[in-house]
Amino acid sequence: MLQDKDRIFTNIYGMHDRTLKGAQQRGHWDGTGALIKKGRDWIIDEMKSSGLRGRGGAGFPTGLKWSFMPKESDGRPSYLVVNADESEPGTCKDREIMRHDPHTLIEGCLIASFAMNANACYIYIRGEYIREKEALQAAIDEAYEAGLVGKNAAKSGWDFDIYLHHGAGAYICGEETALLESLEGKKGMPRMKPPFPAGAGLYGCPTTVNNVESIAVVPTILRRGASWFSGFGRDNNKGTKLFAISGHVNQPCVVEEAMSITFEELIEKHCGGIRGGWDNLKAVIPGGSSVPCVRGENMRDAIMDFDYLRGELGSGLGTAAVIVMDQSTDIIKAIWRLSKFYKHESCGQCTPCREGTGWMMRVMERLVTGEATPEEIDMLWDVTKQVEGHTICALGDAAAWPIQGLIRNFRDEIEDRIKHKRVRPAAVAAE
Amino acid sequence: MLRRLHSEQPDSFAFTADNQAWAEAQIKKYPEGRQASAIIPLLWRAQEQEGWLSRPAIEHVSDMLDLAFIRGLEVASFYFMFQLQPVGKIAHIQICGTTSCMICGAEDLVAVCQEKIAPKAHQISVDGNFSWEEVECLGACANAPMAQIGKDYFEDLTAERLGTLLDELAAGKTPQVGPQNGRFAAEPAGGITSLTDFVNAKIKLNASAQLAHDIGDSVKRIDGTEVPLLTPWIDKAANSGAKPPKPAARPKPANAQKAAVKPAATKAKSTAKPKASDDAGKKPRTMKAPRKAGADDLKLIKGVGPKLEKLLNEMGFFHYDQIAKWAPAELAWVDANLEGFIGRASRDNWIDQAKSLAS
Repeated sequence: MLQDKDRIFTNIYGMHDRTLKGAQQRGHWDGTGALIKKGRDWIIDEMKSSGLRGRGGAGFPTGLKWSFMPKESDGRPSYLVVNADESEPGTCKDREIMRHDPHTLIEGCLIASFAMNANACYIYIRGEYIREKEALQAAIDEAYEAGLVGKNAAKSGWDFDIYLHHGAGAYICGEETALLESLEGKKGMPRMKPPFPAGAGLYGCPTTVNNVESIAVVPTILRRGASWFSGFGRDNNKGTKLFAISGHVNQPCVVEEAMSITFEELIEKHCGGIRGGWDNLKAVIPGGSSVPCVRGENMRDAIMDFDYLRGELGSGLGTAAVIVMDQSTDIIKAIWRLSKFYKHESCGQCTPCREGTGWMMRVMERLVTGEATPEEIDMLWDVTKQVEGHTICALGDAAAWPIQGLIRNFRDEIEDRIKHKRVRPAAVAAE
Repeated sequence: MLRRLHSEQPDSFAFTADNQAWAEAQIKKYPEGRQASAIIPLLWRAQEQEGWLSRPAIEHVSDMLDLAFIRGLEVASFYFMFQLQPVGKIAHIQICGTTSCMICGAEDLVAVCQEKIAPKAHQISVDGNFSWEEVECLGACANAPMAQIGKDYFEDLTAERLGTLLDELAAGKTPQVGPQNGRFAAEPAGGITSLTDFVNAKIKLNASAQLAHDIGDSVKRIDGTEVPLLTPWIDKAANSGAKPPKPAARPKPANAQKAAVKPAATKAKSTAKPKASDDAGKKPRTMKAPRKAGADDLKLIKGVGPKLEKLLNEMGFFHYDQIAKWAPAELAWVDANLEGFIGRASRDNWIDQAKSLAS
């Protein structure tokens, strides 16, 4: 188990002093100016060798992403945009960072902005997080007051402005180009890529969009060294990670743990076990709503990292938002609810997604009640394959995967329900 | 989901003085020419002030940002947090219904709303106090099930607790926000399993609950006086970076009040015949009317159509031989004075054509 001294987010529960003074007591904002003076290349190299992979779901190496930014400006400014539009069902980790440990994020913004030659950073927080927005803005105000951001930020010689912007309840704005559209004051509809944001992003200028957690861990990694961070987790899955466990465990919680911890250890150590014991475990969605579900019996020994969950279980780590479901759960209905979510959140730009999400939800509705024919299962599978990969952004894929996971893992249950429904009326007719 | 403007709209909208100051400060967060970026925060403040977003409010905000009304409407109808219809006087209850909350009992919470408020989402209760809707994941999954009431999250709810919450709100009380089962934040309910050294016993509330407690504006209509306006991005800004390229200039939207300015006034278009300029070349001899035999068909000259023929007639040219006799200086004069066809006479070699037509 990860020890407290190795935890980056030492105030994730907000039980310690949440002000700047408290953050400094816990070691944040320590020598930030000196870190920046070590130079851009040193920071990016250090990030690369730390093995940090983006914490927003896709798991793209953060250091590599930064290195795509132009080294020298062609007259256009560069921007760092922090994606705090946390709305993937099951995910509630960034909220804890922003309201309880906001200075990790602000310090990270300064360092990351310097590393990519940006003098300005926008944080795009989801609109529903009203108190979190206030808490984060209060922390930004404190940092300005103390000279940690603004002109000659933290005495580093780098001028840096940080702005907090908010959305208004659209899941799609978590997609990076939709987020940029929304930040420009438009509907949140994803852009075609290329050009990638590093070439033409916010206001047509070079932009990098990073998740809150990816940015907030940066200062600690640089202070303690890349080798410290890469000491946790398996190869290619380094570091520590915030896990958000919800659903049918005895004590749902958000907790920072080492990557590649086993599922069993995570649940037993922090969540007080599965409700009703391990035999009562039916299914787990290990990485937020967009990844396929996994049967309970395969999960107990599972290693919680990107490669194991994808390679061995056909699922994914995503945002490490673990949704646990016990035997009392109607798994078909649980997945139908996700289909409803994606139908609600499809922005309507691409036809396969706009029409497909509604179509998939309606078939799922029939599977929930059992009023379907067995052939419809294969038809639904086909449709998910036609939506997947045929849209501008990954929302189409994200809508298809949970259904594919359901059919792959719980086909027997769907068939049983259909059979049950079909037999009964016949019996009534025979009476 | 179909989202459109409500059938009954108020006559006008204006920000309170404090909200106006707040709004103007927000616009300064964005580079010059990019003030459209501020539309979501401004629309949101308009909704916080009024409870819902009316057409005059959308138009007012669009005007402030120099946007066409349709841009404002587009944004207002795209984002689900904008309530395009009136909501309950006291509060609008938003129950998170996505999977994590659903498997922890969100459907029971919806049932409470249906019973105590109104059978359908977005309907206002009979006493006018409440309305409700089921929303998608609110991002507090480790504290499921939960609801957002006004600005605040009420987490770890039970159906029973939601019922009493509604009663407390109806009685004008301000219930304690945050987890409703005695939990502090998102730590394990049975006691923390990590970070045991980082506990300060003096801190009684998590950050969200503390703010709600201190400001006391959970279900209040915001008029801007609740908290002092702090704008470090203006007062202490570094602002040293290069500015992004300005967006391409777009024609100003023809909004109702702006359309009052008559556009015709500037259009002083002379209807008088264009005066032949004598600057270039020498004016050839012209005739007031064709000879008695009638005018030649100038359209036979390649490149001359009915319009050009009429123009030539007006200039005083009716016959092939007239054109055939033009000297180079005269040709230059014609070239320069062919309104709309400058240079055509020499380019199409009218003189040679006219010579062969005349013979």
